[in-house]
Parts: sequence; C-alpha cells; structure tokens
Amino acid sequence: MAEDIESEENENILVIHRKITAAFEPFDYESKNTVDVREIGTIMYSLDCFPTQADIREFIAEVEENSSGTVHLDRFMPAMTKVLLENKFPPIPRSKIFQAFKVLDKEQKGFLEPEELTKFMMEEGEPFTQEEMDEMLTAHTNRKENVIYYDKLINKLTADAPK
Amino acid sequence: MSHSGSAAPYISAIKAAVLIQRWYRQYVARTEMRRRYTWHIFQSIEYSGEQAQIKLYNFLGYLMDNFTPSSTERNLISHIFRENDVCWDSEWERYFCYKNIEVPEVYSGPHLTFPLTVEQAVGLLEAFRNKKQLHSRYVLQLLLETWKLLRMLPNINRISTCHSKEVTICGDLHGQLEDLLLIFYKNGTPSLEKPYVFNGDFVDRGKDSIEILLILFSFMLVYPRDVYLNRGNHEDHIINLRYGFTKEVLTKYKIHGKRILKLLQKIFSWLPLATIIDQKVLVLHGGISDTTDLSILTKVNRHNYVSALRPPKRRNHSSAGMSIDIEIDDDLWSTSKIYQRRASLTYPKPLGPRECFHNRSLQDFSTRIKANMENELENSKRREVILAATLHRSQQDILSVSTDSVSSDNAKDEWRQILDLLWSDPMNQDGCVPNEVRGGGCYWGPDVTEDFLNRHNMQLIIRSHECKQEGYEFCHNRKVLTLFSASNYYDVGSNRGAYVKLGPDLVPYVVQYQASSMTRELTARQSVGRTERSALKVLREQLFAHKSDLLCAFKKFDTKNTGLVCLIDWASAVESVMHLNLPWRMLRCQLVTCKTSDGMINYYDWFNELAIKGPNTDHIDQSLLETLYRHRSTLETIFRIVDTDNSGFISMEDFRQTWKLLSVYLKMEITDEDISNLAETIDSNHDGSIDIDEFMEAFRLTDKKSRLERGRSMFMHTTSDLTKLESDPNV
Repeated sequence: MAEDIESEENENILVIHRKITAAFEPFDYESKNTVDVREIGTIMYSLDCFPTQADIREFIAEVEENSSGTVHLDRFMPAMTKVLLENKFPPIPRSKIFQAFKVLDKEQKGFLEPEELTKFMMEEGEPFTQEEMDEMLTAHTNRKENVIYYDKLINKLTADAPK
Repeated sequence: MSHSGSAAPYISAIKAAVLIQRWYRQYVARTEMRRRYTWHIFQSIEYSGEQAQIKLYNFLGYLMDNFTPSSTERNLISHIFRENDVCWDSEWERYFCYKNIEVPEVYSGPHLTFPLTVEQAVGLLEAFRNKKQLHSRYVLQLLLETWKLLRMLPNINRISTCHSKEVTICGDLHGQLEDLLLIFYKNGTPSLEKPYVFNGDFVDRGKDSIEILLILFSFMLVYPRDVYLNRGNHEDHIINLRYGFTKEVLTKYKIHGKRILKLLQKIFSWLPLATIIDQKVLVLHGGISDTTDLSILTKVNRHNYVSALRPPKRRNHSSAGMSIDIEIDDDLWSTSKIYQRRASLTYPKPLGPRECFHNRSLQDFSTRIKANMENELENSKRREVILAATLHRSQQDILSVSTDSVSSDNAKDEWRQILDLLWSDPMNQDGCVPNEVRGGGCYWGPDVTEDFLNRHNMQLIIRSHECKQEGYEFCHNRKVLTLFSASNYYDVGSNRGAYVKLGPDLVPYVVQYQASSMTRELTARQSVGRTERSALKVLREQLFAHKSDLLCAFKKFDTKNTGLVCLIDWASAVESVMHLNLPWRMLRCQLVTCKTSDGMINYYDWFNELAIKGPNTDHIDQSLLETLYRHRSTLETIFRIVDTDNSGFISMEDFRQTWKLLSVYLKMEITDEDISNLAETIDSNHDGSIDIDEFMEAFRLTDKKSRLERGRSMFMHTTSDLTKLESDPNV
C-alpha cells in the first residue's frame, strides 16, 4: 500500500517536472537551460499560479544566479516543484474577484468610473504602472458610457482561463 | 471602506486592489504568451515560404541545366530564365514603346504629362486613394522615365541632413497602400524640405503594390534629390512570382502587363543598394555579413543582378571555372557538419507589466530552431541543390546584357555581397552563419556590427526585412535599428508600422501608426484573440499537410499499435516533424479537441478532426492530396509560370507536364491516372483547359474567406470580409 502511494507520488512529481520543463523551454532562447529573470513571473503565471509581485520577487531571490539576471533550470525546478505541490499561489475564485470589485464600487453602482479604478489600481496594493493602467482601460471601458462594467470584465477574462 | 455584506468575509480596499492586480496581471501574462507563439507561427511559416521559393527556383535552374534543350519540361519553364530577349537599348525602347497605346475616352483615371510636376504626383495619390487605376500607357511612360533616372544613380546614395531639417526613413510597405497614405498624411508628402528614404520591399503580399511603386517613382521623378529608394529582396521577379506582385500586375493590366513586368525587372535591377546619411548612418534593406565591403559594393554593376537569387551571368564558361565554384560552395555551406538553423525570430517587447524592478527595456530575444541534425540526407540533398544552382547556366539561354564581362571570381564575391545586403537578419550571438531559414543571406551578430561600423567609421545601421510588432526594434546595443512600415502585416491588429526621422543630430526619432480604424478599437488582448485564431487555423492546415510523416512519428512511440500516444510523446512527435519549436503541450487544447482518455491522444481521431473537407476526393490518392496541401503555393507558382499568356487557364497537356515536374521535384510517383483523376475534380468544360483558380479552390487550397497568398497578405482577410467574419466562429 505504502508502495502504491509512493509510486503515485513519484508519478505526480514526474508529471509536475515535465510541466515545469515545458513552461521553461519557450523562454530558454539560447538552449542553455537558463531564462532571463524578468520572465519568471510569466512562467509562473503560465503554470496557473497567481503570485503577487512580492511573491515573485521572493521567489526570484531564491533562484536567481547571484544577481546575474538569469535563472538556471537546476534551481528553478525544485523551487517551482515545491510551489506546485503546495499549491502556494492558487487561482483566485471568481466570487472573490467579484467581491473585490464590489468593495471598490462604494455606491454599488455595478460599474466603476475610469478615474475610480485608476485611483485604486495605481495608488493601492501593488500599483499598476501607467502602461498597465492604460491597457486595462482601453481594453475594458464601455465606449458609449465610459465606465467599466466589472461583472462583464470578470466574465470575459475568466472565459479565457485555462481549463 | 464599506462592508460588502454580513455573510461574506470583510475585504479591505487595499486587499481588494491587490487581488484585482494579481488576477489581472496573470491574465495579461497569459495573453503575452499566446501573442508570442502566434507571432512565431506566422513568422516561421512566412520564412519557410521564402525558403521554399528559393528551393523551387534552384530546382528549376537545375532542370534547365540538366534537361536537353528539346525537352518539354524545359520549354515550359525556360522563359523565366530568358531575362533578356534583346540586347540593345534601341530595341528595348521599341519594346517598351507606349506611344501607340491609346487612352480611351471613357478612361476616368489621371492623365500624365512629362516632365512630371508635384501636382501630378499628388494627383496620383488622390486617384489611387479613390481606387482609380493608372492607364498602362502612362504606366509605361512613367516607368521609362524612372528607368532613365535610376540608371544614373550610384549603387550607394549619399545624402546629408544639413540642407534640410530631417530625413524620413520608411521600411517595408509590401503593397499596403493604406500605410503609405497614412505616412504621407502624418508626415507630409516628399518635398525639398522633406526628403524620404524608402528601404525596399515595396511590393508583394499587399494588393496595391503597383500603385505604391507608381507613387514612389513619381515623387522620385519630381524630387530626384529628395526621394531615395533602396532595393529590397522582394524587388525580384522570381520572388514576385510566388508572392503576388506578378499576379497583381497581370490582373490589373491584362494587355500590357507582361511588358510592364519586363520593364520593372530592369528597374528593380537598377535600384540602388543602399543609402548613407551624413556618412554615419547606413540604410539598407536586409543587413550585412562579416564580408560586407562597401568599396566592393560601390563598384559592382548592380544591374547585372536582375534577381539576387541568381549568380551573375557569365560569357565564357570553362570546366576549370566550374570546379572552382564547387570547391567554394563546399566551403561556404559545410563549415560544420551539423547545421544549426537559427531564426532571428525576435520577440517584440512584451505587453505585460513593467515593474520598476524590471524597468530596463527588454532586449530582443531570438529563438533558435534546431534543424533535424540527424537528417544528414536532407542536408546533403540541400547542398546538392544549392550547388546545382551555382553551376554555370547553359549559355544558349542566357544572353549577357552588359558589355562588361564579369570575371568568375569577382562575380561570385559580388553576388554574395548583394545577396547578403538584401537577405540577412541580425542575431543575438556573435558570429556570422548562413541564413538557412530564409534560404539566402546570413545571420550576423553584434561583433560583426561593431567591426563593420568601426571599419567604415559609422554609427548606426537602419534596416528592414523583418516584421516587428511595434513597427521597429533596436538590437546590437542600439547600433542596428529594424524598421517595418506595413502595419497589420500578418493579420488585423498584428503589428504597428513605423517610420523614423533623422535630423542632423542623427538620433532616430520613431513614429508609430496602425492603419484601419478597426484596429484602433481593438486592444492587445482582442487582437491577440483574432490573430491567434488565424494562426491556429494555418497551423492546423500545416499539420494536416504533414499527416503521413506525423503518422510515422506517432507509430514510433506507439509500439503496441494502440492508436494512442501520451501528451508528452505527442508533443515530441509533432515537433520532430514540424520543426517549429512551438510549445506544443500548451497548444494542445487548441489543436486537439477530440476527447482524450486519461491524457492519451487518439491520433487517428485527431487526423479526422484536422482533415480539410473538400469536394468529393475519395477517388484521389490520399498521399497525393496531402502533397497538394503541403506544396500548394509551389504548385500554384508553377502553374503561373506555365501559364505563359496569363489567361488563368492552362492546357490539359501543360497541366500534365506541371505534375510531372512536381513529381520530379518532390521525388514522388504521380501516375497519369492520378493526374486524370485530379483534372476530373474540376468541372473543366473549357476545351480541355484547366482554370487555375478553380483548381486551387476546388481542393480548398485557397479558402475563399482567407485568401492565403492571394494578392493580399498571406493571412489577412480583406476589410470588407472582415465585418462578416466578426461573428463567424470558424474564423
């Protein structure tokens, strides 16, 4: 019995390793098993993790090759495996995001004005850069009414989510 | 801060913000991933198309050398090698004479009188904007004047910024008139105060190539010291055969199209090769190599190179000369036993979040596609073809135009210099290697740039040739700038276009734009979705076209013949056949929609899913069908070559001969019965002739909606179709 469990675990780890390698490879441009440190966030996201910026920085500090700006697979693999096994940065359930928007929508209008959203996104938490803010607004502001319907936004983005 | 309800947990505004930011950033990063591989798909297919064209051309050249003069196959294709039927200028003038072409009363387009005035040039712009077509009489006249002017220009133009404030430099336009109009709108038309340099690739893919040429030439005639044109790799009649320009001209000018094309061949060969600004900035289309030498380039007879793909014509040929060539080529192509194909597929700057932590701009990355290194056979086959191409052409067919004879050694050098100039791409790694992805020129590294600039005492290279998402990209420590001016090149919303302004300080100032109001409303995410769907569609077709090879590859993993493979094996097998270096596992859910049991993929089911549904093709051999799909553009190119009077029809006999040609090229067996079966599928009731378009469409080789490689960009829909496609789930 114990054996079965163990071999199942091993298989699980094997699958995880393959997943990590598959996510790592597209960024390994010179085929040296290294990636630029600035891509770590994207790689983690592509593995269906939802770390905060602080989480990403912490992770990088662990795996970066002494401030060379690169990360080698040898160090990335064990660290990322741990993250996946522990499910450290799970996806955010829709309901939670919805609530988050509702918190910002003080008057419960069902939508947010661009100025409101901008204020929160650029001043609170882990602020957006101007570029990020512009992209979000351009993509999701209702053109006629110049507001952001967040329930629509949530639906759009989660429809895109991996299965 | 408000409480969001008694039952739900309390979230502070700060926490809410973090949550949203985290969630949104993840989404943006995923979008970025999708955009990258979508781009990669388009680019690999584009470059392999260029490579295929070169291979085809080399093959045809090989045939020319090896078939007897009387053979039918040779006669079929010899005319594309017969570049100069007549020698003397006076004869040319007679051939291109426009004087007896009458302009009918009903003609509503512009009338030109020479010498051209700026009002006429601007009038031409307006006319084209209003979809008018210039009459062939005026076209020929304009082209003749252009030819006369170009013949007086040096190989390398030298201009300075001191007389005027700024020079404007534009990259590839590829027949996209909308973009040229947009540039002139934003920046003003060329004038004494507003000089322009156009950096090649004016034609092919877009649908208004001839109009772009006419506009550029007319402004050049009006302002000969303020409009400069550099030759691009698409200013080449061999490339034009595949990529749409030849077809465009013959369609728009049914009677005089051939003459116009002939004249353009000469004009292209007379286009200058490069432009130098203030002796410090080099502007050319492709790039450089470690052997690029401007002093050689200044002296070549550039008009001898009607197509950069052909080595120079020689008067005398000796067997001694032949063996020298072979040795040289052996050296060139076999510097290492194992080839490494490097794609300079640079990824544009990601659209994702820029942290202050990450605020240096991301340098370009390049991906390397590793060739199937075990496949020596393929490599030596390739070498053979390349060797064959550089063998002396048979003398009967080639008449040398220039009275200066070209010595064989110099000629080789010169040819390579020009090839490199027009076809090369930059790469990240140091060194210089052959550009095998495209099939011409090389990949050159930052060390080569450094060395070149130092040797020539220059500071910047501006080149084009590669599509960039932002319309431009710096590399090699900002010493090389790639500039691309055809926006929405791969698909609506795929990329911006850009032009550069250079003042006396020689600091490049980039201006970006994107044509079509449709795209302005699309954001990055939306355009990714649309582009991605196109790319995946194309990818699926490519996969289907390689069915037999994929089947073999799967069977290797599926030793027990269960019809199933696991995901990892599926991905390895697909990569080993396709060589596109894509994240297949990630793409799996988009490419394989048939059900999988416990992570195993039933590949037979998958092939059924991929199968392109055509008319009843049961009577046609499956592998033949596959060949059709895989080589459709080669097939169409050969058809067009064979269709010498450009009627759009070829005789049954020529149709047969085309297939025979193709069977030799592809080294596969195609029987007479096969060919008859193919012909049957088309309702050919035109006295035994085949309608080429009908044939291509009958086999779904072109989809009426997305006209692959048909006058328009390979992957684009026409704008009028676009609105219909909005709600079409199949697009």
